[in-house]
Parts: sequence; C-alpha cells; structure tokens
Amino acid sequence: MECMRATLRAPTVLIAVGILVLGACGGQPVTASPTVAATATAKATATAMPVGEAYKIGAIFDITGPASSLGAPERDTVKMLQDQINAKGGITGPDGKLHKIELVIYDNQSQESQSVLVAKRLIEEDKVPVIIGPSQSGTTMAIIDTTQKAQIPLISAAASISIVTPVADRPWVFKTPQSDTLIMTNLLDYLKSKGVTKVGWISVNNAFGDSGRAQFEKLAPTYGITATTNERFGATDPDMTGQLTKIKGTDAQAVIVWAIPPGASVVTKNAADLGLKLPVYQSHGIGNQDFITLAGAAANGVTFPTSKLLVAASLPASDPQRTVLLDYTDQYQKLYGKLPTTFGGNAYDAFALAVKALEKAGPDPKGIQTALMGIKEFVGITGVFNLSATDHNGLDNRAVTMVTIADGKWVPAK
Amino acid sequence: MTGELAQYAVTGVMLGSIYALVALGFVTIYSVTGVINFAQGEFVMLGAMLATILVNDGTPLPLAALAAVAGAALAGALIHEIALRPAWRRVSVIGMIMITIGVSVAVRGLALLAWGSDPRPMPAFTPGPPIELLGAVVTRQALWVLATTAVALAALYVFFQTTALGRALRACAVNPTAARLVGISPRRMALASFVLSGAIGALGGVVLAPITFATYDMGLMLGLKGFVGAVLGGLANPPGAVAGALILGLLESAATPISSAYKDALAFLVLIVVMIARPGGLFGGSIGRGGL
Repeated sequence: MECMRATLRAPTVLIAVGILVLGACGGQPVTASPTVAATATAKATATAMPVGEAYKIGAIFDITGPASSLGAPERDTVKMLQDQINAKGGITGPDGKLHKIELVIYDNQSQESQSVLVAKRLIEEDKVPVIIGPSQSGTTMAIIDTTQKAQIPLISAAASISIVTPVADRPWVFKTPQSDTLIMTNLLDYLKSKGVTKVGWISVNNAFGDSGRAQFEKLAPTYGITATTNERFGATDPDMTGQLTKIKGTDAQAVIVWAIPPGASVVTKNAADLGLKLPVYQSHGIGNQDFITLAGAAANGVTFPTSKLLVAASLPASDPQRTVLLDYTDQYQKLYGKLPTTFGGNAYDAFALAVKALEKAGPDPKGIQTALMGIKEFVGITGVFNLSATDHNGLDNRAVTMVTIADGKWVPAK
Repeated sequence: MTGELAQYAVTGVMLGSIYALVALGFVTIYSVTGVINFAQGEFVMLGAMLATILVNDGTPLPLAALAAVAGAALAGALIHEIALRPAWRRVSVIGMIMITIGVSVAVRGLALLAWGSDPRPMPAFTPGPPIELLGAVVTRQALWVLATTAVALAALYVFFQTTALGRALRACAVNPTAARLVGISPRRMALASFVLSGAIGALGGVVLAPITFATYDMGLMLGLKGFVGAVLGGLANPPGAVAGALILGLLESAATPISSAYKDALAFLVLIVVMIARPGGLFGGSIGRGGL
C-alpha cells in the first residue's frame, strides 16, 4: 500500500509542472470592432483615389496575464487608430492607391513561449510585413530571434535598451518607449538634486526589473548613489513586506521600486502599512491609472520618470507634443471612458511609425526597415523620434519628465 | 534586529495562513475521493473575485463574503457534477487529476472572459493604521486572515467530529466500502467534499482580496503553494497540512533576506525533497486516505 501511494505521488510532481505549461496554451486572435472615428491621421483626400488592397500590420500585446495593465490599453489604442484611418478611407501607398489598414492582433498572455508562437503565426500564416509589440521586455526578447531570421521589422512597445542594442546584431528591431538608460539618468539626476546618496532597491523578478537594476548599477556610481539592497519579488506575489523590512533595516534615504502594477501597487501599499517613512521612487512602469486605483492613498507622494502624456495639460503651449498628447487623451477618453496610459502611448507610436513606413514603402519588409530608419522629427506620444541606422529608438531627453502623484492625480514633480 | 525577525515571522505566518486554507481544500477532497483537485486555487480566485465585485457594487461586506463563499461552493458542486461525476469508475485517479487540471484552465479562461484582465481593488475590512507587535508591523487585514484561518480550522474540526455529515465524510475517508455498507453514498460524499473545498478556498480568497487585489489568474500560484503545503504536512492529515502550509510560508519569508529572487524556487525544491524523502508528508503517520 505504501509503495502504491509513493508511485501515485511521483506523477503529481509532473502534474504540478504540467499545470504551469497548460496555462500557456490558447491565444486567440482578437478581432477589431468597428468604432466611431474622431479625426484622421491619414493625409489621403479620399473619394476619387484608386483603392488598393489593405496593408496588414501584425500586433502582439500582453493583453492578459500579469502584464495586462500594459497590453490591454495598447490593444485599445491601436484599434482606435486603425478605425480612425480606415474611416478616412485608408493611407496612400507608394503606388498612389488608397489602402486600408488591417490589424492582426494576438494576445501572448504575458508569456514568452506564447509570444514566440504568435510571432511565428503572424509571419508564416498571416504573412504580415511588419509587427508591433509585444508589451514587455521579456516577451519582446523572446521573439527577436524569430523576427530577425524572418527579416520582418519589429517595433516593440517594451522598454529594455537591450531590445535594440547592439544594432548590428538586431537591424530589424525598433522600439518606441524611452530606454531604461534615459529613464534612469533622469531619475538619478532628480535623486541627486534631492541630496539622496543611498537607496533601497526592490524590483520585479523579470526582464523589466533586471534591466532596470543593470542600468542602475551602470549609471548610479557616476551620481555618487549606491544601493543598500537588491531585493526581488514575483509579479503575482501577495506580500512584499519581508523585502521592505530588509530595506527598513538599512540606512537607505529613499526606496526605488522597479515594477509594474499590480506588483508595484502591492509594494507601495506594503511600504505604507509598514510605516516606511522613506520617499518612494518608481519607474515609468507605473504610468497608468491602475497603479493609483490599486495602491489607493499609498500612491500619493510616489515620484517617477515618465513621458509627458500624464501631465500633458500642464505643458507650455510651445511644447511640440502638447497638441498630439491632448488629442490622444481626448479621443481615448471619449471612446473608452478612461484616461490613456503611457503604454498605450508606446503602442500609438509603434503603430504610427509602422503606418509612416507603409506609406513610403508599401508592404515590403526591407522597404519598411529602410523607411523606419529614415524617420526624422516625428512627434509622437512618448517623445520626438529621430530614427537612424545606428539608433533604433530615436528618443532624446525631451521624452522624459518627472511626475509625482498627489491626491490620486499626476502632477509635474518639483 | 528582533523587530526584523518578528516582521519576517509575521509575514510568514500570514502567507502560511492563506496557503493553509488552500491546503485544507486539497486535503478534504483527497481524503474523501483520493483525487488531488488542481482547481483548488480557482476557488480562491472565485471567492476573491465575487466578493470584490459585490463590494464594489455597494453590497455590504458580510453579505458579499457570504455570497462569494456560497458561489464558490456552488462552483465546487458544478465542477463535481459536470466534470468529475461522469468519469468516476471509468477513469483512473490520475485521469481524474488531469480532469481537475483541465477544469482549472477552463475556470480561469471563463473568469477572464467574464471579468477581464484588470486587477480589481477591494477595501480593507477594517481600515486603519497597522498594529505594532514586538517591533513588527501587522496590518489589520493580516489579522483578519489569521483569525479567519483559525476560525475556519475550529469550525471544520467541530463539523467533522460532531455533525452527521462530517462523520459520514470521515467514514468515507477511512473505509469507503464499510461506509457504503452502512448506507453512506461515496458519490454523495465526494460531492459534499467539493462543496466544502469550494467554500474553504473562497473564504481564503475573500480575506486575501484586500491585500493582493482580485485577478482572474491569482488562483494558479496560490493553488500550487497550497498543494506544496499540503504535501509537506501530509495530504491526508488536516492539522499536518495546516502545519505544512505555515512552514512553507515561514520558509518563504525566511528565504527573503537571503535571496528574494529564489523564494518560489525554494518552495518547489522543498516539495521535491519531501516527496522523495517522506512521501507521506512530515507529519503523515498514515499513508493514504483516511486522515480527516
């Protein structure tokens, strides 16, 4: 009997592993629903022009799973943009014909394995000439090999600098969010101005957190800033009080949290509950309303580097991005009843860049790659893009600003 | 330093209590039916999700909690009747376990379709500043978690020892054939064990929701951790399973200051070591069913 039970338990270990694998199955295409368009980005003057076949754009976002707070608004944004363009008849291709945009969107469920599967499906079955997304650094890194081999341009909506560097190894990969380097430099600048030299570090245990940590270790010494801890937590962990306790026991003057909601919100709440009196600094990963909704009052006082979208209304009229940002905010809010997120903004830029390249080159991957590298002074949501053969991100310091949360609202940091 | 130690202990016990409620669900079903129900974590998700949605719609908390627990209990009954009952006798125990994995994936998918992927916040039961204890900080919600686990344990003990249904469940766990001879239907008891497990899991979800928010996929990891706790203490031994779950919580918390990156790996390493060294669990005197 004893022996029998023992043999019965051994497979349960396999089953426990299996359940994790099974969770990865699925992944249905998300069909776009028709919506009312407000304005058009297409420069086509409609009616009399000859109509060509639709241009396909493949999209992979982390729509469900732990990174859904990134992927869901990204999907909503590109669907909105697609409908706006198609309501005007489409875009004018290099052949002088009017082409509608046909988005093929897949959900990778925030998983690397699923990301590769849907990337292959986009390339082999849907035969798209360009792919935008995915949302996270990890899910993007997973498909770089696939898109590189297929020689299909990929415009990622994820942050890590290693997505586009070294450029020589990844000529087909582009990305729209500010690099960790740019974000980290701004944060460290700000910390230095506040006289902070020692920080407690805590980050999420994935590519986003690791990339943030790597940038910190590279850049912080030049600012005379050191970390007292190097704590990690899982993206779906229920409680991070343990890690924060360790930070509390050090002589840190501030805490840096490098994560996205809901994990970032749980840490923020835990820190408040623990009575951690240190100022909390976070990453651009918390640039959505979810973070504030979930963290509640604990979110107040959190300061983070991000794009100008969150504080668009307080920008000076001379800012070239002001109009674009306010239009996006207005249209998104009208359509979906909530504020847009910086992640949606990243997808906005990826989509807009893909459209610009399609207008110039048509549905030819090589042509799109060349066209992308030639885009200059494109005013997007995240920043002003100047892409080139050596810079596949193309953002500069104008793309980052420091934002503080006060009374549950974003305000420019002082 | 004592304050830090106390804080790690408090965090560990809080985590362990949640795992314990999940582990108890595993033990109840396993004892009565011999099946390991990998959909156990989904009961936690259902409890958290239903309670959060109801509370955010303005339902008073006690009513929302009750409805959530009842809803998950009903889900337990449905899962048993629809997915498992037709398979009894025709499928091996391993086959039944695989069915529960399928159920788990299906429930998660349905939850995603019904409620979307956004995490939902739920206010703490009794808002207010945390309480200090031996230099450690204990949030009020953590106290609710501890109290709920303790009360649930006591109630389950009374239920199994004194009520007719509880005794019938135990009889079924000890010796299904003999139980049948005295007129207890093992199938009906299997249904009862699923209802009970659903309710216990949902209770855990309700008290956990204000701490972690309710998400459609929160059940997966919690289910696995509860399973590890149950195996650690003995799958057929309820007090052992609770002890195992608490030990797991404390181990994870103790691993945090050493390397917070590897605490999940530690949990599963413990599972493998225990399964090889003591397949009956640390406290599992009796191997096999019949604990309760």
